[in-house]
Amino acid sequence: MRFKIFTDMPKGNVAYLFLAPAMTAIFVFFFLPVMAALLMSFTDFDIYSLGDVSRARFVGFANYINIFQKPLFWQAIRNTAYFVVVGVPLSVVVSLLAAMGIQSKLVRFKPLFRLSYFLPVVATLVAVAVIWRFIYHPRFGILNYILGWFGIQEIDWLGNPKWAMPALIIMAVWKGFGYNMIIFIAGLQNIPESLYEAADLDGANARQTFRHITLPMLTQTTGFITLTTLIGYCQFFAEPYIMTDGGPLNSTLSIVLLMYREGFKYWRMGYSAALAFILFGIILIVTLIQMRFQRNYELL
Amino acid sequence: MKSRKRRNILGSRIQFLLLAFGILLLGCGSKTKDSRMIEFWAMGVEARHVRELLPQFEKENPGVHVKVQAIPWSAAHEKLLTAYAGNSTPDLCQLGNTWIPEFVVLDAIVPLNDFLKQSKVIQAENYFPGIWETNVIDGQLYGIPWYVDTRLMFYRKDLVEAQGYIELPTDWAEFFRLCEKLVEQQKTEYAILLPLNGWHEIVVMALQNGSKLLRDNGCYGDFEDPAFQKALRFYMDFYAKRLCPLGMSEVANIYQSFSDNYYAFFITGPWNIGEFQRRLPESMQSDWATAPMPSFDPAIPGISTAGGSSIVMFKSAASKPDVWKLVEFLSREDIQAEFFHLSGDLPASVVAWDIAGLRDNPRTEAFYRQLQHVVPTPKIPEWEQIAQKIQQYVEYAVFGKMTLEEATLELNGEVNKILEKRRWLLSKKQL
Amino acid sequence: MNYYKIRIRKVILYSVLLIGVIVTIAPFVWMISASLMPVGQANQFPPKFWPEKVTFEHYQTLFSRLNVTRYFLNSIVISLSITGISLIFNSMAGFAFAKYRFAGKQKLFKLLLSAMVIPAQVTMLPLFLMLNRMGFINTYWGVIIPGMASIYGIFLIRQYIISIPDSLIESARIDGAHDFYIYWKIILPVAKPILVTLALFTFMGAWNDFLWPLIVLTKDSMYTLPVVLANLMGEHVQDTEMMMAGSVITILPIIIVFLAMQKYYLRGIMLGSVKE
Repeated sequence: MRFKIFTDMPKGNVAYLFLAPAMTAIFVFFFLPVMAALLMSFTDFDIYSLGDVSRARFVGFANYINIFQKPLFWQAIRNTAYFVVVGVPLSVVVSLLAAMGIQSKLVRFKPLFRLSYFLPVVATLVAVAVIWRFIYHPRFGILNYILGWFGIQEIDWLGNPKWAMPALIIMAVWKGFGYNMIIFIAGLQNIPESLYEAADLDGANARQTFRHITLPMLTQTTGFITLTTLIGYCQFFAEPYIMTDGGPLNSTLSIVLLMYREGFKYWRMGYSAALAFILFGIILIVTLIQMRFQRNYELL
Repeated sequence: MKSRKRRNILGSRIQFLLLAFGILLLGCGSKTKDSRMIEFWAMGVEARHVRELLPQFEKENPGVHVKVQAIPWSAAHEKLLTAYAGNSTPDLCQLGNTWIPEFVVLDAIVPLNDFLKQSKVIQAENYFPGIWETNVIDGQLYGIPWYVDTRLMFYRKDLVEAQGYIELPTDWAEFFRLCEKLVEQQKTEYAILLPLNGWHEIVVMALQNGSKLLRDNGCYGDFEDPAFQKALRFYMDFYAKRLCPLGMSEVANIYQSFSDNYYAFFITGPWNIGEFQRRLPESMQSDWATAPMPSFDPAIPGISTAGGSSIVMFKSAASKPDVWKLVEFLSREDIQAEFFHLSGDLPASVVAWDIAGLRDNPRTEAFYRQLQHVVPTPKIPEWEQIAQKIQQYVEYAVFGKMTLEEATLELNGEVNKILEKRRWLLSKKQL
Repeated sequence: MNYYKIRIRKVILYSVLLIGVIVTIAPFVWMISASLMPVGQANQFPPKFWPEKVTFEHYQTLFSRLNVTRYFLNSIVISLSITGISLIFNSMAGFAFAKYRFAGKQKLFKLLLSAMVIPAQVTMLPLFLMLNRMGFINTYWGVIIPGMASIYGIFLIRQYIISIPDSLIESARIDGAHDFYIYWKIILPVAKPILVTLALFTFMGAWNDFLWPLIVLTKDSMYTLPVVLANLMGEHVQDTEMMMAGSVITILPIIIVFLAMQKYYLRGIMLGSVKE
């Protein structure tokens, strides 16, 4: 009887009082808009309807069908997939390596390293974009300058359709890996020291220890990190919005950016809402697939 | 005991903070607006330059203040629409002149005919007719041109002259032969750059050929019309004869490729005069020039599209006479010339071209001549969407994914779909 | 493993970690350094890492001509309000989920958890129209309202409060304390570490947020720092040094807050990820 102290109360009415403010806020300002968006995705709500709602009509699944026929949508899908497929593993691997490096018994000044790797996470993205736009500057940028030492020709990072996406991926990984690193560190700390001692006695080398102890013991942590990073990267938006505005030649146009453009720039809200739900569907599918791979993983 | 005390303090501290926020937030809710304050939104760099002109206006009109808010070009459209939706539009705003139809549909901006009638400063004759026309919708004037913009031919003078031409051919057929010669004789890799991610080139050719693009009051696409098809066929010939590179990504740097004899012609706008001066090597500077568009009928000058920005007055403007004074101020010849010196934007006022000495420079003089022959793109809110479609299907046709007939047929279908809403509204007499 | 081998490993490890430090820190150092350079010095080849002559003119311009103080205050008011309100709302709900039994509890909790998969962007359009109807566009409230409660915050607090022994509550109840007293005087003080963590999360999120304020705030007198910075990018693309000064002003407060409270912040991330 864990809650026995409250059993003499009128069935937890007080609980509802405690819940009321947060739940009201969440229902009114989150669930209600989600519902409205779903409804809207079946209408042709657009610039004409902005001044006068009677100019919107129900159109069934027309928006959804329309989206799937648009080459720009598929381009956005390809770009987002590129960002996810390259960015997520890169981010996970970099943060795992950083965590293992810092947690190594050989290393002192752990908090200092942790702090400095974490700094980009805290920094305001817009300001980071300002800095990185300059790092990527084709003529005066530091990156090209350093690459020049190795005899590499000037690259127009943000102006060349081939390089714009890698440039954004590098920046996103730089900005975000510290967060996952901290979670990995927590995971590493939870591995009992005795396991390593036993492996040491058996004469296992570093690679074997990593494969047979560290990695298996981090399964849950890795699953969690992969999932959250995956979801976050699917919603890739702010980087291209600030750095490239989806260009050059739409090479960095992501799904959310397309959604934002359609919705707020051209005010095709019905269409944009449909895009939002397609994105939701994609994230849901990706989540389910990932969770299947990570059998023993529970949602949080 | 000790810890208990700490808790009390913490509790009261949170309460105190909450109270403080409450007061702070309430205090920020009230705001008064000065009625003689004009709010003027301008885009990007223009905002910065126009700020420098305003002290003079405020001196000439004591008591009136202007507050300029800069909106970045990339976020301008959404900013204006959300402001409209949220009832917080400015008094005066710079608007790309292709956006005007949208804001007319929204009933957000004021017709200016009555102001114009009484104005001594602004006269329609002082403007390029095609540019002025973009501001007129159903006979009503909604904006005053601020600066102008169009597209014309940037070309390699040295290569053209080497072929025995004194100036660029004014006739497309002759121009096409020149392109062929340049490529045949391996003077250039390709002759012209017609980027497939733009729509201006094909739209200009179609308009020149007499295509109206849309028919029945902008209710249906008119792309199966022979006039459009003929223009498209001509356009595709540049690709078929390998006079034009497929795909923009091959041309990593348009400026470098221009001086490397990769191509000799490029259709673009006035901002590239400055870019060409900055980015082309010193040795190239005397070898490039600008010229108005060629034409299909040598008797008629080749037309191009009317672009640029206008200033519009929002219905929400508090003191419209004051706002109009600012419109007049910005349209004055001397101010227009001054604004050109600050920003490099080509003045809308024809007189200002002389004051600023723009007609003495052959490169800008070409723009002056072109601007006499510009026409607006269809003045409906859906135009931008339609332009995207044109671009897309032209690309299909050029890459051979579709035949020309298939492409125009499908394009017409798509455009008719886009215009369905417009037809519905017109049939309900809601437009 | 012999001593020599360990030595080599140490050297490699340290040098890799140090390169990492340079990669993560150098951009910030350069940002500060460039913000102190005279006009045009940042646009040079080869790049200059240190100012030849230190100047504060860009900061002066930002504060005097561009009125950055105002934006700074906007940012502070909005971020603090979101933090304060959401802390109260989330902790109350978290408490209820942790220590009460009520009809529909499991269902509600599951619903909230699964809703975390819905991308926030889905709500943007209707939320804008809704707040517009309510008259909140171009007000601080327009930015604050959507941040008033967060599912993640509720979840985080619940996890923590669940581990508070029931006996603590029980003894208070025997003393005759009512529920709000228990929440205010017992739960909140005990849950202080997680509250601080969540406060930091929320504050940083609110401070750094840029898209929603950009949409909701139409007049520039209401702008927050990130929005202003994004705007400046359009207007002053060429003025690298000034943009850097703007970035410093935007980033510095948040970094100071982080450095001061980093202990809580990092622990919070671990709490949110590791299943108890």
